[in-house]
Amino acid sequence: MIPLSWYLILAAGLFSIGLFGVLARRNAVAILLGVELMLNAVNINLVAFWRYGDISLMAGQVFAIIVFAVAAAEVAVGLALVISVYRRRNTVVAEELDLLKW
Amino acid sequence: MTGEQVIFLIVGAVTLIAALLVVTVKDLVHAALWLVATLFGVAIIYTLLNAGFLAVVQVVVYIGAIAILFIFAVMLTRRQAADTGAALNQNWWAGALMAVLTFAGLAYLLQSWSGFSKQAAGIPSGFDAINQLGGALTSPLGYVLPFEVASVLLLAALVGAVYLAFNKK
Repeated sequence: MIPLSWYLILAAGLFSIGLFGVLARRNAVAILLGVELMLNAVNINLVAFWRYGDISLMAGQVFAIIVFAVAAAEVAVGLALVISVYRRRNTVVAEELDLLKW
Repeated sequence: MTGEQVIFLIVGAVTLIAALLVVTVKDLVHAALWLVATLFGVAIIYTLLNAGFLAVVQVVVYIGAIAILFIFAVMLTRRQAADTGAALNQNWWAGALMAVLTFAGLAYLLQSWSGFSKQAAGIPSGFDAINQLGGALTSPLGYVLPFEVASVLLLAALVGAVYLAFNKK
């Protein structure tokens, strides 16, 4: 059988890779890809704790479904923002969008 | 080593490698396709965790909707973004350091926790996870309020996305 630790380490690795993507990528769409990886890592944790805890308490799976909904909303609004910015500024490179920086 | 463990190791390795490619490849269409591979790996992890319904939702919602939305966005913003300049910014080493430190911190915290190498209890016979999940999502004693709030959030996101992306000329 698989011990809980394997899932937790996998999720930690996936989260760290997503964090790297968010911090290091230049393209705004690629930053959102990193956010998706982090959300998936969180979901693995939630489902793993559901399976290894009291299986009749469904909180882990319910929260995972709520995270799905939030992720869908976040991607829809995020990509709409990126497309809107692209229309106005003709770029989606995050470091060139420095209107609020002085 | 049991068959389940072998499957987990293979799927986990493929998932992590695909995730690394998501954050490093230069062509964003390829990055989005590697994201699809990662999401498939996570769906298989859900199946290993006896959460079959979530695995199906993962494939339908994440791969069917979110990943396709990413590919659309990449293609709509393509001309300059994907092909000019480096994939990573100048401070990528700081990001890498941060990610490694996060992983090390999480691993250290987790291995000092007593339940770290816990084994799963067997599933009682006649346990119907989907039935329980549906009941929990619709019962006033369960999670009907977060469920409804999530639907309001989705509606707001829908309206917001249409408003933002609408071309007002």
